Amino acid sequence: MQGSTWSDGIVGLLTGLGLPDMLALGIAYGIGAFILVNFGMVSALLLIWITRKAISRMQDRLGPNRLGPYGLFQTVADAAKLISKEIITPSQSDFLAYNAAPILSVFGVLILLAVVPFAPGLVGMDLNVGVLFVVALGSIGVMAALMAGWGSNNKYALLAGFRVVAQLLSYEIPMVLSILTVVLVTGTMSFGRITEFQSLTIGGFNLGIGWLGIMMPAAMLIFFISSLAEAELTPFDLLEAESELIAGFHIEYSGMKFAMFFLAQFVNAWVLSALMAVLFLGGWQGPGVGLPVIGPILGLGYFFIKSYAIYVLQQWVRGTFPRIRIDQMMYFAWKVLVPASVALIVVQAIVQKLPVPDPVIYAFIFLANIGVIWVVVTALQRYIKSATMGTKRSFEPAGLIGTMQKADTYAMY
Amino acid sequence: MPELPPLPTISQLVFTGFALFTCASALGVVLARNLFHGALALVATLFGVAGLYVMLEAEFLAVSQVLVYVGAIATLITFAIMLTRSMMYGKTSPLNRQWGKTGLFAVMIFLALYGFVGSIPWADSAPAVLADESMIAALGVEFVTNYVVAFEVMGLLLLVALVGAVMLARDNN
Amino acid sequence: MLSQYAFILIMAAIALVLPLAAIILGHILGPRRPDAVKNAVYESGVETIGDTWVQFRAQYYLIGLVFVVFDVEAIFLFPIAIAYSQLSLFAVFATIFFIVLLVIGLLYDWRKGALEWQ
Repeated sequence: MQGSTWSDGIVGLLTGLGLPDMLALGIAYGIGAFILVNFGMVSALLLIWITRKAISRMQDRLGPNRLGPYGLFQTVADAAKLISKEIITPSQSDFLAYNAAPILSVFGVLILLAVVPFAPGLVGMDLNVGVLFVVALGSIGVMAALMAGWGSNNKYALLAGFRVVAQLLSYEIPMVLSILTVVLVTGTMSFGRITEFQSLTIGGFNLGIGWLGIMMPAAMLIFFISSLAEAELTPFDLLEAESELIAGFHIEYSGMKFAMFFLAQFVNAWVLSALMAVLFLGGWQGPGVGLPVIGPILGLGYFFIKSYAIYVLQQWVRGTFPRIRIDQMMYFAWKVLVPASVALIVVQAIVQKLPVPDPVIYAFIFLANIGVIWVVVTALQRYIKSATMGTKRSFEPAGLIGTMQKADTYAMY
Repeated sequence: MPELPPLPTISQLVFTGFALFTCASALGVVLARNLFHGALALVATLFGVAGLYVMLEAEFLAVSQVLVYVGAIATLITFAIMLTRSMMYGKTSPLNRQWGKTGLFAVMIFLALYGFVGSIPWADSAPAVLADESMIAALGVEFVTNYVVAFEVMGLLLLVALVGAVMLARDNN
Repeated sequence: MLSQYAFILIMAAIALVLPLAAIILGHILGPRRPDAVKNAVYESGVETIGDTWVQFRAQYYLIGLVFVVFDVEAIFLFPIAIAYSQLSLFAVFATIFFIVLLVIGLLYDWRKGALEWQ
């Protein structure tokens, strides 16, 4: 089955009206794509509200609470404010790079929504190369950051642009490799089939809790950490470190152009949570999704609960952790996450060829994941202990400087 | 009454569009006076080629193209441009002393390719391929069976690239 | 399969046009009173000193190189992962050998300090 199911109804209706097949399909796709893109842009309002509420609760504040119930319309008001602001173009900025960057940055995120499976049969387009599509088009964001940094003729922006590239490239590798572990188990790159793989049918009833994250916690953790880095969230927000780079590569942007970068960042964080939900937590799988009629609705509910729960988890991490330094960022990507994910792949490659039944293989994979987590945590503990010893010996009273600095990204909230 | 040629199908139109887009942005790479703009045009070219791959129903190739060339190689080229001060902000001329020789060489390559493509007896229609994941799986099997030597040599090449990267870093320090 | 990508193409067009429309709307709705000070580049509240060009560290280029290698490795492993259940033991050995080659490269870079931020 290649085609999607959501478009069939519209196509049937339009051909019934006497339109040629191609035109009917085109219109149906146009409607679907339009809805998806708008969903992405509008959901940013909700996501920003969630972030502000979550972060302010963690900091013992109330957050937005005046406009609408629980301050829900605050972000709408902010959007209205941003749209009526003057768009300042810095002198000597490069017209092409400066103006294309915000559009491309949003584009690179919104296009990913095309392959996210929302519910059974409700996916923009279930591509055969779905997971690679996501990783590949994620590189548009890298180019957009580089264009913004270079185009705005600002030292800070350019520096942040460099850092963005270094970070996104470094963390793309562990992310791809952790996705590879999923592909190795499921034998498919299509998000639809990966989701279907995670069903658990007992006695003809789909419990929908055969989640890969249960079997592969290490891979899930690697994916989650890399997704934090890819979304430029706090432990990895050195790209827009306000105390060093003021705002990152979009410092020279104002009004709607700034809003585009902002939107892209929040939607990107949600898309990454949605992908984690699909890859490791079963996507729309859950008890009762196999039922007729009510199944897809339940599935949609499960999907949104999971993806938003992971989004809130991201914000939790964001509200709790201090910012890491660039050398620590590099260290963690190349010396912790990449070796761990390569180890997982090698072990999985061996285990999956053992002549034992599937459940035994799955148990072995689980044990391997636990083992990798244990090894990594032990090694890190040892490293951190030696590192702190070193610093304390070298300059005792100042030894705490640097550990006391907290990320101050939330000054704006 | 002479028979009219058939109207182009939508996919032919889209293919032509992608081909024109690729050629135009490739021209942009060569003609851009600012090297960063040239790099951006290169990214557009690579996307255009990926689009052509999709039109030829080679989706895996298209995605690899975007992942490796746009995501990695183009970024690397941009870095290389940024390593030099004059190249980054200065305007360079698309012509240099070598342009005559290079142009001649390019024309010769084009003619050779043209002759080569023309001499191949292309089938009117390709055998229908099953455009689903089994195609990609078949590719994977080929890597580690029939083309295993080439595959491992590839791995060796990547190893050499990693070692070379260290050499490069040492030179800079 | 082409009809699948028709959807992607349509979606790409819409995803490009909508942000563009939003920015144009911002241009229309917002005021427009540029002056030299407002348009000046921000630099910690002082006037810009020198070029925007900052010393570009070779480290960034090195990360790019290592990234390319691992990106290519991953892209080769994906088709193999899909076909994994059909592979013979020899093929599995070949795959693992391929990965081990890359691990040797990574370890070499690690030992030589290429993965450190200097």
